[in-house]
Amino acid sequence: MNIQIENLSFRYPNGVLALRGVSLEIAPGEQVAIIGQNGAGKTTLVKHLNGLLLPTEGRVRIGDWDTRHYSVAKLARRVGYVFQNPDEQLFTKTVADEIAFGPRNLGYSGERIQELVEDALQLTQLQAMRTTNPYDLSPTWRKMVAIASILAMDTPILVFDEPTTGQDAASVAHLAMIIAELKRRGKTVVTITHDIDFCAENFARVIVMGGGQVLLDGHTRTVLGQTEILAQTYVDPPQITRLGLRLGLAEVVCTPQEFLDAFEKQCAA
Amino acid sequence: MPIVKLQQVTYHYPFTEKPALQDINLEVEEGEFVAVIGPNGAGKSTLCYTLAGFIPHFYKGELKGIVEVDGVLAQDSDLSDWVLKVGLVFQNPFNQISGAKYTVFEEVAFGLENSGVPRAEIARRVEEVLQMTGIADLADRSPYSLSGGQQQRVALASILVMQPKVLVLDEPTSQMDPIGTREVFGVIRKMAEQGMTVVMAEHKVEWIAQFADRVIALWEGKIYLEGKPHEVLTDARLVEKGFGVSRYTTTARLALPRGLWQKERPLPVTLEEAVAGFSALRNARRKQG
Ligand SMILES: Nc1ncnc2c1ncn2[C@@H]1O[C@H](COP(=O)(O)OP(=O)(O)OP(=O)(O)O)[C@@H](O)[C@H]1O
Ligand SMILES: Nc1ncnc2c1ncn2[C@@H]1O[C@H](COP(=O)(O)OP(=O)(O)OP(=O)(O)O)[C@@H](O)[C@H]1O
Ligand SMILES: [Mg+2]
Ligand SMILES: [Mg+2]
Repeated sequence: MNIQIENLSFRYPNGVLALRGVSLEIAPGEQVAIIGQNGAGKTTLVKHLNGLLLPTEGRVRIGDWDTRHYSVAKLARRVGYVFQNPDEQLFTKTVADEIAFGPRNLGYSGERIQELVEDALQLTQLQAMRTTNPYDLSPTWRKMVAIASILAMDTPILVFDEPTTGQDAASVAHLAMIIAELKRRGKTVVTITHDIDFCAENFARVIVMGGGQVLLDGHTRTVLGQTEILAQTYVDPPQITRLGLRLGLAEVVCTPQEFLDAFEKQCAA
Repeated sequence: MPIVKLQQVTYHYPFTEKPALQDINLEVEEGEFVAVIGPNGAGKSTLCYTLAGFIPHFYKGELKGIVEVDGVLAQDSDLSDWVLKVGLVFQNPFNQISGAKYTVFEEVAFGLENSGVPRAEIARRVEEVLQMTGIADLADRSPYSLSGGQQQRVALASILVMQPKVLVLDEPTSQMDPIGTREVFGVIRKMAEQGMTVVMAEHKVEWIAQFADRVIALWEGKIYLEGKPHEVLTDARLVEKGFGVSRYTTTARLALPRGLWQKERPLPVTLEEAVAGFSALRNARRKQG
């Protein structure tokens, strides 16, 4: 199911123009990262995908649905959204209930709900916490519960708003694994992140936002090498890319392995 | 004379069997910038709460040992006095916003209002911290109509403006953009140089290496390693225990068996160290070649 955003502008009631003419297409099964400075409009943009916000101008289509003509409840069949702040999303008494809430609301059968909840618990490694109250968990675990509750809705499109925030190395690796599994399942994944290294290592396409507009959109390698445009929106290239640029490597590198291969070549030349 | 002193501190949250902090001994000098690293659940926030007096005054449970700041024991003080000396920026910025104010400017000024600081001085200080935290243009906005990173900057500003003797920061840049993060580290460094004592829980090792004086590595509620940033952050035991390390350190480790990093050279944590190390190797190879 594709995502089509045409000339989208959005103004908040207080007058802030948060999006200015954004046009984008995301193909079914694509894995896309969105990066850019605080206040660039990333969250505002993705809240348009499930109809939490509706365009002031332009339009957003999810498959053949124009978001202006479908309720948030309807759109939830196609797009799952994990909030930047998990506390906006969690409200039940146990982790398992929280995860079951979405699929139950979509009207799935009891058996299917069971299956989806187990799958989500397993993917997020939350099995041991199924009876825990989400509010007794640390913010980083609460984020994982929020992610699980969206995974369980089994939508073709998943949107993660800063899943890497505050996560340690193991959890970031775990998130990468979840995203890879979703890719294998043919899901579309849109992820906002400030962790540019995570972005470089796990996404083929990157969208860079600044001032409510798309500044860059393309192959990760091409986009993350453009130091000057990135700096306009307060983003540094990934650590490894910066190292490659400083050493004058012929190609833009994104991972330690790529760096070492290119560096070895350079030494031999 | 250390300004912060923890001796044999062990803490249990209510109804828990496993201590969240265990046998913590820590002294921090005035004007020192200490970074606290550790995997999720290691006890970073708990340590921050303890320093800031929220343990034992807000979180009950069982606190053993000595917690002393500026010569006063936490157990003998109450929270309203303690917070004037020790400012805490919460991990979740949403918890910081008072809910009592209509604009970012008023929100940041809130803590100073009843402190006897003259009005003009309050305005000057608020403007200064709004500038430092990159939100001067948001002064007239509602604290609720902000992006996540903007809210986090407001939370930071509202503590900085109080000029506490000891500044405790619980992952203050977790939602900030990359260059903004680096700038905030710079601001904190400057505060420390002006005499503020800083304890900061963080995952971002590249900037810790560049800006902090000392690193405490927490693991399962205990101090696992402690020392100069460079020594701690390149210690091989960190990887085993699931701590985050710099991509530069990882790359140099992978380079060693391929002969692409000189054995005698310390592992890099920052970009500059990595550039220096790889350049030196390249020069040596070219000379041989
Ligand atoms: N509820 C709201 N009401 C009014 N303005 C808002 C609201 N939420 C966000 N804004 C403003 O809209 C702009 C875009 O905000 P948005 O939350 O989309 O940014 P973002 O790119 O997600 O930033 P961050 O990286 O900090 O999360 C900002 O200027 C912000 O202050
Ligand atoms: N209010 C609480 N009640 C009971 N246990 C708690 C509470 N808060 C934290 N804990 C437990 O104390 C331990 C330390 O948690 P803490 O939040 O200090 O870790 P952290 O290093 O800050 O982790 P994170 O990186 O996820 O923020 C964990 O085992 C956690 O589950
Ligand atoms: Mg956002
Ligand atoms: Mg914490």
